[in-house]
Amino acid sequence: MAGIVSITLQNNDEARPVIESILEDNPSANANYMPGAVKIDCPERLVVKAESVSERIGRDWDPQEIHLTIVSMGGSLDEDDDELVLSWGA
Amino acid sequence: MTPPRKKKMNLKQRYALMTRGLDWETSYQKMDDVFPYDTFEGIKITDWSKWEDPFRLTMDAYWKYQGEKERKLYAVLDSFAQNNGQLGISDARYVNAIKLFLTGVTPLEYQAHRHFAHLGRHIRGVGPRVAAQMQSLDELRHAQTQIHTISHYNKYFDGFAEFPHMHDRVWYLSVPKSFFDDACTAGPFEFFTAISFAFEYVLTNLLFVPFMSGAAYNGDLATVTFGFSAQSDEARHMTLGIEVIKFMLEQHPDNLPIVQKWVDKWFWRGHKMLGLVAMMMDYMLPKRIMSWKEAWEIYFTEAGGALFEDLSRYGLRVPKYADIATEEAEHISHQNWAIFYQYTQAAGFHTWLPTDEEMAWLSEKYPNTFDKYYRPRFEMWREMEAKGERFYNNALPQLCQTCQIPMGYTEPGDPGKIGFRSTEYKGERYHFCSDGCKDIFENEPEKFAQAWLPVHQIFQGNCGGADLGDVLKWYHMDNGADNLDYSGSPDQQQWDAWQAARKKVAN
Amino acid sequence: MSIDIKTMNVEPKRHTFAHVARRLGSDAPASRYEEGVYDLQATTHFHYRPLWGPEHWHFDEGRTQIKMSDWYKFKDPRQYYYGTYTIARANMHQTTDRNFAFEEKREMLANIEPEWRQMIVNYLVPLRHYEWGANMNACSISDAGYGTAITSAAIFTAGDRLGIAQILSRIGISLGNGTGDLLDDAKAQWMDGEAWQGLRKCVEDSLVVKDWFEALVAQFLVMDGLIYPLVYNHFDSEGQKHGAAAISILCEFMVDWNTEHNRWVDAVIKVAAKESEENQALLSNWYGEWRDEIHKALQPLAAMVLGDCADSALADVKEQLDKRAGKLGLNL
Repeated sequence: MAGIVSITLQNNDEARPVIESILEDNPSANANYMPGAVKIDCPERLVVKAESVSERIGRDWDPQEIHLTIVSMGGSLDEDDDELVLSWGA
Repeated sequence: MTPPRKKKMNLKQRYALMTRGLDWETSYQKMDDVFPYDTFEGIKITDWSKWEDPFRLTMDAYWKYQGEKERKLYAVLDSFAQNNGQLGISDARYVNAIKLFLTGVTPLEYQAHRHFAHLGRHIRGVGPRVAAQMQSLDELRHAQTQIHTISHYNKYFDGFAEFPHMHDRVWYLSVPKSFFDDACTAGPFEFFTAISFAFEYVLTNLLFVPFMSGAAYNGDLATVTFGFSAQSDEARHMTLGIEVIKFMLEQHPDNLPIVQKWVDKWFWRGHKMLGLVAMMMDYMLPKRIMSWKEAWEIYFTEAGGALFEDLSRYGLRVPKYADIATEEAEHISHQNWAIFYQYTQAAGFHTWLPTDEEMAWLSEKYPNTFDKYYRPRFEMWREMEAKGERFYNNALPQLCQTCQIPMGYTEPGDPGKIGFRSTEYKGERYHFCSDGCKDIFENEPEKFAQAWLPVHQIFQGNCGGADLGDVLKWYHMDNGADNLDYSGSPDQQQWDAWQAARKKVAN
Repeated sequence: MSIDIKTMNVEPKRHTFAHVARRLGSDAPASRYEEGVYDLQATTHFHYRPLWGPEHWHFDEGRTQIKMSDWYKFKDPRQYYYGTYTIARANMHQTTDRNFAFEEKREMLANIEPEWRQMIVNYLVPLRHYEWGANMNACSISDAGYGTAITSAAIFTAGDRLGIAQILSRIGISLGNGTGDLLDDAKAQWMDGEAWQGLRKCVEDSLVVKDWFEALVAQFLVMDGLIYPLVYNHFDSEGQKHGAAAISILCEFMVDWNTEHNRWVDAVIKVAAKESEENQALLSNWYGEWRDEIHKALQPLAAMVLGDCADSALADVKEQLDKRAGKLGLNL
């Protein structure tokens, strides 16, 4: 199972647009639901695009807002104004 | 005059300006006097500016997001208390897992607050120093939000009221306490490796994700809220852990053997300590979502596998004895529960035997081990209970000099035989539960020979007296309320009364 | 189905934790501050001596000469636990953000006389390094201090000082038209500018003080006690004459913060001095030594900004601080 990156988010109203965006922007991503949280796994690389989340919530979403709902992660993270990227080998 | 149009900086540039460059090379005092602790471990750092900040939180953003999280969390806690949320949990046995959490984990969060302040002051690089300071604040947050959440349970259940006093004294609580004492008394880079990497990155998911999800499943809205809220800070802590490891390995090839030795040590120590969580998940959650073994597969075998494959480019290998730990994932929860069942007369929470339905779940989740090795013992104890002879072991157990858990673990490859190891140091013989714990001692005998071993201390008369009653008094344990089997406890009587009253109301 | 819980006996068995009840004198409902702070630090049965300093346990009363019968006498008058702290600062900083937006919209920094603009780079922006030094001392106190009452308030202060250093950085970036150029100029002042060397030496000296309580007196009572009124009161008033109203607005956070911070510092000093004559003597001694050093160190800085008025401003802040220290029970 090498090379899988993952992000776990709370499964609540605030995180839902983020979860939806991730699943849409990362076609190989796979969501595992558990009580209260969802763990999204993806081979090699996973991106959270601010633009996708912003479209869903009708306002500018700052990638730093991920701090409000993130539960855990696997991989190396990089963050800038437009997106958050999880990957290996960075 | 109109100033030229302002340039818009991106997040990285802005963060760099706001943070880097705050420090300076001191000249009125020597740098080595201002930073006396970050060189003695032998870790070579040639260029601190190569440090990469993964999250770029300025203090104002920190206050904003953390303040918002706190507002939400305390709103849930207030409503939980106002609505008597404790009535909504699956079963009062569940509360015992929370007792172990408050007495065992919360004081460690405080220790982490202190030691991240130590690193936040004493690491020469600004990037990791700021990250450590924020983590020091976060860890204080975790300690305090845990206390504030559990404060409500303390009002209705026994076993919580003396948590700091117990943490400093009770035999099994010396397991988590000595783990953290070990990390805090090590140098700063070892602490980073121990806590930020081995613990936060590799192992804490096992505590916070499945266990907190289990809390949600058992109707404990307060605990799941603090758990996931705390865990949202953990993403920052995990990135600090992985950045530190990469940074040390990239800075100098001489660092590799030192880091590898620490990774081996702290993986094993973490594995032993988390055996307590294994037991919480498999035995203490009345409604179960995932077995310890399944959690181990997801969070260590799979996630840890990807991590160590990534780190192999630096020459770092999978921790020593990882294969043995994985084998033990099929045993550790059963063995620990058996230990606590026997010694629950001296524990600050209740134990019980699994019901038929629970045993069937354990058989299903542990097809290789439960029926063969553990069911017979639980069934024998059940027969004794039926005869009114609930088994309590009155002989004090021998403790492992390193992990401080009673010697109840079996040999790798031979689950029928208890493992014992020993070694001699300065004319004294020291005992261990495993090769992993023996190795750790032998690498630092002068440190581990100092351990305050609770059973030794009782024998030496340092714990209030010779008989159980004296020791319990010294522990501030309310005999007959805080300890003993769940069956017949005041907790159980109260819960049953609540359930009966609810039935009456419902009819 | 709703359940009428009034018909059930859900009376609490106890109202707070036993260690909190012992401190309050009875099992009464306790505040979140009390439950979140009292007795949280381990006090006994430590397992190993620190590899980085075996002369003490990692939590050890002996890291200062100050002696207390109870380290939880240092109750924070603000009663900050993490939640109330972060929410308070988030609110304060919201005002700061609004102030920056207001200033930018009206381009108020453009109203500052060019010479005074340079003066701000020379006197205000370098203070980001002073704040960073204060952050280090606050971290030290949180690290080496004894008891949660002190260590929690100290790490909050560390966060405050980093936050203030970043506000000052932001002022420098705004003055530099969105670049970091002026931050570099200000750092050059801090490192080599004559006006700053006395203070930089004091800060560096404070960073090697072994006794954490002495560092607390040096940093929070004396250095802050002289520098904050000098900079945010006297220097700021001087700036008003040169069109620097925007700077007063952008420094509002520091002024408000300092008033609040002093309440905590005063409470700590007062309690420690009241505890014993030995404590009082130690504190008075530290106070006197640091006050004289720092007061002297600030002279070239005050002269650079205030010219002829420097001496009277310095005399004023010293007098105010002495008055404050006297009220806290120190012998001057």
